[in-house]
Amino acid sequence: MSLELINVSKRVGVEQHIYPTDLKLEPGGLNILLGTTLSGKTTLMQMMAGLDKLTTGELRFNGRDVTKTPVQKRNVSMVYQQFINYPNFSVFENIASPLRVAGVAEGEIKRRVGEMSELMKLSGMLDRRPSELSGGQQQRTAMARALVKDADLVLLDEPLANLDFKLREELRDELPRLFADRNCVVVYATTEPVEALLFGGNTATLHEGRVTQFGPTSEIYRNPKDLISAEVFSEPPINHGDVVKSGSTITLSGGGSWPATGAAASLADGKYTLGLRPHHVTPQDDGGQSIEVSGEVLVTEISGSESVIHFTIGGRTWVSQSHGVHPVEVGEVEQLFADVSQAFYFDASGALVAG
Amino acid sequence: MNKIENQKAWFFVLPVLALVAFNAIIPLMTVVNYSVQETFGDNTFFWAGVMWFEQVLTSERFHASLGRQMIFTFSILAIEIPLGVLIALTMPRKGPWVPVCLVLMALPLLIPWNVVGAMWNIFALPDIGLLGRTLNAIGFDYNFTRQPGDAWFTMILMDVWHWTSLVVLLAYAGLVSIPDAYYQAAKIDGAKPLAIFRYIQLPKMKRVLTIAILLRFMDSFMIYTEPFVLTGGGPGNSTTLLSIDLVKIALGQFDLGPAAAMSLIYFLIILAMSWVFYTVMMRNEAN
Repeated sequence: MSLELINVSKRVGVEQHIYPTDLKLEPGGLNILLGTTLSGKTTLMQMMAGLDKLTTGELRFNGRDVTKTPVQKRNVSMVYQQFINYPNFSVFENIASPLRVAGVAEGEIKRRVGEMSELMKLSGMLDRRPSELSGGQQQRTAMARALVKDADLVLLDEPLANLDFKLREELRDELPRLFADRNCVVVYATTEPVEALLFGGNTATLHEGRVTQFGPTSEIYRNPKDLISAEVFSEPPINHGDVVKSGSTITLSGGGSWPATGAAASLADGKYTLGLRPHHVTPQDDGGQSIEVSGEVLVTEISGSESVIHFTIGGRTWVSQSHGVHPVEVGEVEQLFADVSQAFYFDASGALVAG
Repeated sequence: MNKIENQKAWFFVLPVLALVAFNAIIPLMTVVNYSVQETFGDNTFFWAGVMWFEQVLTSERFHASLGRQMIFTFSILAIEIPLGVLIALTMPRKGPWVPVCLVLMALPLLIPWNVVGAMWNIFALPDIGLLGRTLNAIGFDYNFTRQPGDAWFTMILMDVWHWTSLVVLLAYAGLVSIPDAYYQAAKIDGAKPLAIFRYIQLPKMKRVLTIAILLRFMDSFMIYTEPFVLTGGGPGNSTTLLSIDLVKIALGQFDLGPAAAMSLIYFLIILAMSWVFYTVMMRNEAN
């Protein structure tokens, strides 16, 4: 089973919503669409579902062209950011609704809804209306409805975004398990890199209507293809620095210099953009190949277990993220350590050249 | 836990209380006052007890106008609510035509009530009115000043023209508040348009429709100006609704006692029926 997008694009008027995209999505693990709001996740999903027409390209399911197949004949299901349920149906009837449309026998409906509600922890509330449920329960009902019909393609469009923190954590833990032994292609859209990392599977990073990179999640995280993919897949945002390589030395504008080692050693002399994730910039020397950087502190966010410090360096704003509490004063010039062995180097076009 | 008593808060309620007393409670009390007394015009009053109430409640005239009022109100509700929903369903939900449609819809609501009556009076005149002449020209024997049926037809048509817009606007507000995702979810399920209406749009419009029915019920039950200008209650008494009858008794015959008693009964009917409507509809919602 697989869903293939071949040269799929979407244009509305003069606006290019999705640039030509090729993707091949398969069962086993979630396929994550990672990108900011308006990056095109929802449009892409709606085209996959058949809710939105393709401007160009072709959609293949199991090798069969389904581009022109209407949505109700595709056996897809979708879960939205809003909790979408039939308002005057009970939870049971809500979950049963796709089966009823499909004309499944009553006994079979009872069995499958029972099973699904068990899995979704909704057993005790099958008689209630959606309006009598908490947000988490409403979204579980919507998910149960999406899962009960054994769809070939399940699309989840930021399903956890409208939930409060606790419920989100809870459903986050349950989600991969729900799909573990289902033979269907699952697509999950999110704005949060953390979710992508938690779910594993494959990730496609999206930026302004382009899929910038696609592959196994951890690989995408560890080896961003270009600056934009690295930016999309980093929260807090990845730090940018202007560096110059000359001979065997790399010099950071506004910071120190260090000997070029590893992949960076083979770079030609010239200007590059450095990318360094915030947790590699810390108030204490963590070892590795650390250089000292200093700058004026702009903002500090200190939670119980984590310190986030925003500071200026070489005309740019950097973020440091570290464990523990490191109180610093806003406005002071603070000394920090950047582990440049973890740095990515991008050329002028933004492509990764070393890292 | 100790509850904090703050009697000073009452002072903040006082201005509103004074205002309501001035524009509602005190006038109402004068009506109550008239309703239990007999007067002979020179400002002498005699206690009459519940005499006027008995008289009004047992009078055939009151029964007849109450009956006409019921027929009128339920007819216009039966037409305006479904028609309003139907129009709202056909209106575009986005795009450049939305403001155009909304303004067109709101227009009848902006016309003063007596002007509506006068407009329709002229519009429906069989000799010079566009509607009247056209109907006669295509073979209907139409004359709303002479035939009770025609008078009712015109009166109901006028109210539908004037007030359906309100239902449309309320229903439309309910419709546009439904997120797109609902329609997409329905599409994925393969739901037919009728099922979408029955299981998504109607339940989602329930609240605003409750308001629409209540407003239209109350307003149409109290309607005076438009039918008064259109037919004056005629021909004969055929379109004499409750409010028109009330004014006839109070100002035409200057029977203050019966008129006051009738006002109170009228008020209580509206209050009771609104309460019943609201409770029934809200209970349905709770279940």
